[in-house]
Amino acid sequence: MATLPSVKNILVLDSEGKRVAVKYYTDDWPSVSSKLAFEKSVFTKTMKINARNEADIVMFDGHIVIFKFIQDLHFFVTGGDDENELILASVLQGFFDAVGTILRNNVEKRTALENLDLIYLCLDEVVDGGMILETDASVIADKVSSASGLEAMAPFSEQTLSQAFAVAREHFARSLLK
Amino acid sequence: MAQPMLKKDDDRDDEVDYHPFFGIEKGAVLQEARVFNDPQIDPRRCSQVITKVLYILNQGDTLTQIEGTEVFFSVTKLFQSKDPGLRRMMYLMIKELSPSAGEVIMVTSSLMKDMNSKTDMYRANAIRVLSRIIDGTILAQIERYLKQAIVDKNPVVASAALVSGIHLLQTSPEVVKRWSNEVQEAVQSRASLVQFHALALLYQIRQHDRLAVTKLVTSLTKGSVRSPLAQCLLIRYASQVIRESGANQAGERPHFDYLESCLRHKAEMVILEAARAITELSGVTSRELTPAITVLQLFLSSSKPVLRFAAVRTLNKVAMTHPLAVTNCNIDMESLISDSNRSIATLAITTLLKTGNESSVDRLMKQITNFMADIADEFKIVVVDAIRSLCLKFPLKYRSLMNFLSNILREEGGFEYKKAIVDSIVTLIRDIPEAKEIGLFHLCEFIEDCEFTYLSTQILHLMGNEGPRTSDPSKYIRYVYNRVILENATVRAAAVSTLAKFGALVDSLKPRIFVLLRRCLFDSDDEVRDRATLYLKVLGGEAVVGETEKETNEFLFGSFDIPLVNLEASLKNYEPSETPFDISSVPREVRSQPLAEKKAAGKKPTGPTGPTSGPVVSAIDAYEKSLSSIPEFAAFGKLFKSSAPVELTEAETEYAVSVVKHIYDGHVILQFNCSNTIPEQLLENVTVLIDASEAEDFAEVYTKPLRSLPYDSPGQTFVAFEKPDGVPAVGKFSNILKFIVKEVDPASGEVEEDGVEDEYQLEELEVTYADYMLKVPVSNFRNAWESMDPESERVDEYGLGARESLAEAVNAVISILGMHPCEGTEVVANNSRSHTCLLSGVFIGNVKVLVRLSFGISGPKEVAMKLAVRSDDPDVSDRIHEIVASG
Repeated sequence: MATLPSVKNILVLDSEGKRVAVKYYTDDWPSVSSKLAFEKSVFTKTMKINARNEADIVMFDGHIVIFKFIQDLHFFVTGGDDENELILASVLQGFFDAVGTILRNNVEKRTALENLDLIYLCLDEVVDGGMILETDASVIADKVSSASGLEAMAPFSEQTLSQAFAVAREHFARSLLK
Repeated sequence: MAQPMLKKDDDRDDEVDYHPFFGIEKGAVLQEARVFNDPQIDPRRCSQVITKVLYILNQGDTLTQIEGTEVFFSVTKLFQSKDPGLRRMMYLMIKELSPSAGEVIMVTSSLMKDMNSKTDMYRANAIRVLSRIIDGTILAQIERYLKQAIVDKNPVVASAALVSGIHLLQTSPEVVKRWSNEVQEAVQSRASLVQFHALALLYQIRQHDRLAVTKLVTSLTKGSVRSPLAQCLLIRYASQVIRESGANQAGERPHFDYLESCLRHKAEMVILEAARAITELSGVTSRELTPAITVLQLFLSSSKPVLRFAAVRTLNKVAMTHPLAVTNCNIDMESLISDSNRSIATLAITTLLKTGNESSVDRLMKQITNFMADIADEFKIVVVDAIRSLCLKFPLKYRSLMNFLSNILREEGGFEYKKAIVDSIVTLIRDIPEAKEIGLFHLCEFIEDCEFTYLSTQILHLMGNEGPRTSDPSKYIRYVYNRVILENATVRAAAVSTLAKFGALVDSLKPRIFVLLRRCLFDSDDEVRDRATLYLKVLGGEAVVGETEKETNEFLFGSFDIPLVNLEASLKNYEPSETPFDISSVPREVRSQPLAEKKAAGKKPTGPTGPTSGPVVSAIDAYEKSLSSIPEFAAFGKLFKSSAPVELTEAETEYAVSVVKHIYDGHVILQFNCSNTIPEQLLENVTVLIDASEAEDFAEVYTKPLRSLPYDSPGQTFVAFEKPDGVPAVGKFSNILKFIVKEVDPASGEVEEDGVEDEYQLEELEVTYADYMLKVPVSNFRNAWESMDPESERVDEYGLGARESLAEAVNAVISILGMHPCEGTEVVANNSRSHTCLLSGVFIGNVKVLVRLSFGISGPKEVAMKLAVRSDDPDVSDRIHEIVASG
């Protein structure tokens, strides 16, 4: 039977490999200890790799893990070893960019923990029970922000012109710095 | 920024530590959760507490059932609040708590209200939460809304409903199947993710209907799918249709054009999916491969590691079956050897090793040498394996490859890695005669400084067998004797055996070996001294191992072909007594899974206490014990083989009967395992009436009835046949179960006095040639083959007619012969046009048989086979051919 592209887990770990936010979708790791063991091995296998500009990939124990790092945060998306790598990469990219938008490009452990509710919502909007729900970062961020509960904050799609301009300027600046 | 998103947390000042959740504790958080019950709900505070609970769960802590219920009930109170942010956190919390059925009722009405809310975000999330927690009855109530939601104009709502449909299909397929029309409409949606989810659901609804899937693929491949993810799905479905339909009359594959067109798609994930689908087509031709390889080649030089990895991984797989198709990429591949991602580099190297030609070997080896230093052991093993197969492909290059192996052998590395290298060298020594001496020499050097006892003993054993036959055996003695001086007891003992082998085969060395062995007599270890003593006697002709030199050599070099598991089991069963343990009594049959003990144990309490001790006891042991305890069968001699049980009744009939065929030299015993599944009946005097008119060589000699067969307590009845001694007689038997039925009152267990005679038709059973063949593995097929008399070889060719696939033909022949496939040759590589399969076994009369099967398949699936047999007895070789010819 042809299978649906599926995600086994999404992990956000800190620079010591500790959990910031994780979400498992399959029974590949039935116990807490097996989950932690997987996180440890994935962290040690990837910590020396410079995955800050482009997402990188590693394959072990029958899993494909796509990962990208920023500041002191390590993002991982795991799939089966017969999965299309680029689909998994698009999930990671969508999640990663959405978190960036939500945290106003100030992505680091401290802000992530301070806004942990938003990170959880973000995880919830990317993948549902292993099935890819959305990969477009701006759509994900919109969904999260529209429900973030701060009355003062407008959804991203309804930003005023000056706000939009500010965001655009920042994006432009970033692309120059690359 | 205009509006900083950082929360202005009220208790921020208390938490000066940079970790906002530092020191968080479950008990305290659960205390805090009482805030949910306040009549005046503070949304922000409640959101924070929910986040804390989620954090605790996310860190791996769990709530007890009581705690969970408590939190769940207080969370449901929050439905009073209209705060959207709080509502989202509640949804998350409810999903995370996965409430029980009783609890679900508390929230369904609130969630159903949200499902019909005007806010899209509420609708979408309420659907997702509900679909996660409800059962079939509630589903019926909300089905109408879900169907509506599927075609909702808001893509988020539609996706939520479709994804929920995919989840619900697992539990309530009949409900979800009714949504087909709505789902079909959603496939045409403009929103790309909706299209993807709709296609996935539509396929899953129809996946068991081949025709419907074909139709779906045919209509959609014409081009209404825009979403890349949906396109990837469609490619998967299309290749499944291709797989199932095979090539049509014109040799054209359906949908191949579609796959090829996807190679020009603008999304890379679609291109990759299509390229991979093409490379995995069964029997793919090089013309079909070329466009796929071309796009993958472009990916190889991408700046994105993920893309490079995906491409090189796919090409690596292609190289296994179509090395020539990949050679075009070799230049790009070589530049990947220095890739910073080591997975990519390793895959590139192994691909190159598969596709490389003889002239490029030296250059490649140079590149790999630099590379080996900085990769992990697991990658090194992959490279070593690739080098071994390369060397077998280009035997002339053994010198540089052997040098490479010996160099990496000297470097640091773990056991698995060293073992892979040593195994490779051993394989090369075995298969390339010219490489033998330098290989042995490298191994000698290695054991001078080897920390792994296992590898040292393995190498010493190999040197004992190969060393004496080299041009200058004496040069190895130094290395071997150094082991006796320097190593631990296990290695010393192995070295003593090796010395003895040199002494036995090389006369000129014998006196010197004697001197060395005598020194070993003063060793501190028992085993070493014992071995030295034994070998001194044997070589000196004092001990009576055998009269002739040949028998001495057999004693020293003979292979040990008894499965160790069986030996262990037999030794455990052996009770110290007058009669010494006889190694020839150890069964040679390899049992992959030990049979359930109770089948053999439920009978004959009079026999010796059965082998109930451990699961290692093989079934044949248990059979032999139970059979020999029946006096009528005791005279039949040694049990040669017992078949696996064959069912003679359909499942779930009144009486279940299976048969086990026990083969002796001159007899066959049929053991019928009967069980009675009717509580109201007791069967007595159960026998099996056998009509052997279609089995001419068999004469019934004895029937052992089963006295009584109560409900649910299986028993056995036996029928013994005489057959010509040592002849593999075959035949068909038709069977009728005969018995006396007595009524039983299931409540009281009382049995009525009078019974009625009755019979029950069983299925036919057959004794085939495979029943006379024991599956006995050989460790090294090539050596075993060559040690057999070539005179006994019989070769012939057979046409097997049209077959489904090569693998099917191979399996059919293996099961006809009932022999043990060696060295994993029963596995046929995908798409291969020819295959060689090696089999070994022992035929009745203890005749060792080796079979080499070469298969070839032609275009219209006609399979031809060449069968070469060697055995201890030429007659048996002929017999094998007869078996195949008649099968």
